[in-house]
Amino acid sequence: MTDTTISHDTDTVRAIAVTVNGTRHERTVPVRMLLSDFLRHELGLTGTHVGCEHGVCGCCTVNIDGRPARSCLALAVQCDGAEVRTVESLESDDGTLHPVQAAFRECHGLQCGFCTPGFLMTVTAFLDEVQTASLDEEEIREAISGNLCRCTGYMHIVDSVRKAAETMYGTAKEA
Amino acid sequence: MPVLIPHPAMPDPRTQRPLARGEVFHVGQPVAFVVAESRYAAEDAAELVDVDYEPLDVVVDLGVGGGRRLAAGPGGDTKDNVACDFTQVCGDLDAASAAALHVLRRRFVVERSAASPMETRGTLAEWDARRRELTLWDSTQAAISIRGGLASLFALPENKVRVVTPDTGGGFGQKVVFFYPDEVLVPFAAMALGRPVKFVEDRAEHFVAANHERKQIHDAEVAFDDDGVVHGLRSDFLHDTGAFIPYGIAVAQVASTSLAGPYLIPNMWVRLRAVYTHTTTVTPYRGCGRPQACFVIEQLMDAIAQELGLDRMEVRRRNLIPADQFPYTRDGLVFADGLPVTLDSGNYHEALDKVLSAIGYEDFAAEQQRARAEGRHLGLGLACYVEGTGLGPYEGAHVQVQSVSGKVLVATGLTTQGQSHKTTFAQIAADQLGVDVEDVEVITGDTDAFEWGVATFASRAAVVSGSAIGRAAAAVREKAIAMAANMLEAAPEDLDIEHGRVFVRGSAEPYVTLKQVATAANPLRYAFDEDAQAATQFAPAFKDISGPPLPEGREPGLEAVAYYSPPHATWASGVHAAVVEVDLDTLAVRYVRYALIHDCGNMINPRVVEGQVMGGIAQGVGGALYEKLEYDDQGQLRNASFMDFLVPYATEVPRPTIDHMETPSPLNPLGMKGVGEAGTIPVASLTISAVNDALAPLGVHVDEAPLSPDRLFQLVQAASEPDAAATA
Repeated sequence: MTDTTISHDTDTVRAIAVTVNGTRHERTVPVRMLLSDFLRHELGLTGTHVGCEHGVCGCCTVNIDGRPARSCLALAVQCDGAEVRTVESLESDDGTLHPVQAAFRECHGLQCGFCTPGFLMTVTAFLDEVQTASLDEEEIREAISGNLCRCTGYMHIVDSVRKAAETMYGTAKEA
Repeated sequence: MPVLIPHPAMPDPRTQRPLARGEVFHVGQPVAFVVAESRYAAEDAAELVDVDYEPLDVVVDLGVGGGRRLAAGPGGDTKDNVACDFTQVCGDLDAASAAALHVLRRRFVVERSAASPMETRGTLAEWDARRRELTLWDSTQAAISIRGGLASLFALPENKVRVVTPDTGGGFGQKVVFFYPDEVLVPFAAMALGRPVKFVEDRAEHFVAANHERKQIHDAEVAFDDDGVVHGLRSDFLHDTGAFIPYGIAVAQVASTSLAGPYLIPNMWVRLRAVYTHTTTVTPYRGCGRPQACFVIEQLMDAIAQELGLDRMEVRRRNLIPADQFPYTRDGLVFADGLPVTLDSGNYHEALDKVLSAIGYEDFAAEQQRARAEGRHLGLGLACYVEGTGLGPYEGAHVQVQSVSGKVLVATGLTTQGQSHKTTFAQIAADQLGVDVEDVEVITGDTDAFEWGVATFASRAAVVSGSAIGRAAAAVREKAIAMAANMLEAAPEDLDIEHGRVFVRGSAEPYVTLKQVATAANPLRYAFDEDAQAATQFAPAFKDISGPPLPEGREPGLEAVAYYSPPHATWASGVHAAVVEVDLDTLAVRYVRYALIHDCGNMINPRVVEGQVMGGIAQGVGGALYEKLEYDDQGQLRNASFMDFLVPYATEVPRPTIDHMETPSPLNPLGMKGVGEAGTIPVASLTISAVNDALAPLGVHVDEAPLSPDRLFQLVQAASEPDAAATA
């Protein structure tokens, strides 16, 4: 019988300090713990969804130090000292939805909703970057082409992005 | 584990055990179950499980006999690998073929795919040992059915088993089947350990252990006359059922009964053979045999046109069932609900003409010529489809006006995976009852909230549960009007309800709210709030003092339970068309434009319907160009990840022009038909037709889906080197 035991570092832990949605968390975590598991299981922030754990579907997209990133491809210890924002940060304290969330709601941009947190984090980062409502269909599709959705066929998601851009930056001029 | 849908043509159906015993039938079949404090520890422990496998013959290719027999399994002596051999006949095919002038034979292959919902399956069980109560939170589409199964398996009374299906991240049919092994093992472990136990598949596990669909090989034959009118259709097809057949022959049976599509085709002979292979089990995935059937008949329509030199749309037109011939029954063909195929209503000719106009069919030949002159390869494809939806047996609903909050509570038994049921159902209840949609709360998938019904499958939720909700809400409305007539001292027939207020038609005041009516309808002893005072025994609003507080035959409160059981499936329909461009350098196929019309009867919420159609199209695009699960000859799934099994992103899915057509179904009170699966059905066929049209000058012809660039490369090479054709 061959020895199938794979040598994994199951025991090493490290103390980290991560700021998540503005709150500083100090935890001691196994070095192998994924950021997605840290957010969901250690901090209880279950808004971040885990769809594939190999970086393709984009469901687990969060924002690390200002940039969208896959939390399933990052280790919690890599985020020591980092600023992480999750989908829970989008809604205001008084319950007002972020314009991107409101647009997804209005335009039927979600069906089962499982991929939605990832889309919201991708789209908010995209709109923060482009700062304009003058976006054509292809630009929007390109911007969300790192996120899989199995329900909507994307049409209403594209509509939602356009609507959110208009809310944030005014109505686009006709090209 | 149980065969969920037994069929007399399936004598010795094989299902799996929760854990393999003796023999493992496919990669992904669970062999051990590890429970630990954390997922990390459980995976570490699972790696320590060492299984000694003695290799047996592996059958992966879909074929019958030929020495490729499956070894006899513990489930019984499987003599060969055919689980079911079943023939259905409509009319007299032999006579029709003899009389027809032309007969065409073709082989069509539709490949293996999978639903791939964004959320994998998950199960959480909690056992209360003192109360002897089991609660299961499960991603199933069939909460009520699985409760029955668990009660039976664990010998518990039904009221001691609660199954809750919270909002689930997509299902597409894959989650309707039970039991997946974990749905037994997790509650078993929870009961054994006295602690809550949870299992959530990871994506790698999902690819090999959650059920697949689609692979069929059809040997089809069509008999037609000089005008292109089809007199008979034959298909002898193989259906890959994977290692087990827990859902019976549902997929193959739907395929065989959908083969004639929206066409008259009076004579048919369809033989299905469901074949075991050493692969993941096959059960319904959105479309459930219909994309395969649509592929066969629509490719044949193109072939007939080509054979006769006729316009391919004209051939379709000559065969479509005319609008005045409904209901149209195919005697001898039994649909998945066990009832004869009866298409209840539709307007297929008008739908075809509208789509041809929307896609620009008339001018397309010129457009194609211009493109060819520029070295670009454009092609147009179109496919008509029908979809038997809204299957029985039944669903039910409980509608209640809550007397304290005034909110309307709607509970129904089926589950929701993102189909906007809560919106659609709330609209139905609100419309019937005369309340604002915001004041309706809908509960699905909780056996404690409503315990009668079946499941979410076969595009049936709106039709079956929706009809039950409509009936229950109408009954509540009737009760409310009767009570309010007494309170307002008006005749019931003069009353109306809007925004939750009952008033005499024509004058907004005086009125009573449904909350007040609900309170008054519930004779009280204790005045716990202002409205409740009116319902107590000495209150002036309490009029009926001659008899008991709750008169004979009346029930307290404002609520009703109703059920709907369809006489048979209702048939939705539609036509999709696209222009594609094939890039001969990259062999990529791109949708230039896409137009569709669909008819799901009366729509409750057009935007939700659009979302369903669009989502279906995206999965159809996957099935047309990208999604093919590939096994090696040892039964290893070679592309069990989203890196290799390509689900379309936003950049691959076209934005269609969508036209709605509403031909009400005569079968249910609201005239609805289902729409959940519709979008998926025609996409593979029309895409392949369009590619065939684009590449006809090169002599390339495709009879299979999906069509990947490397496969198209082979076919283009073969066409340019006729000698190599045999090996392509």
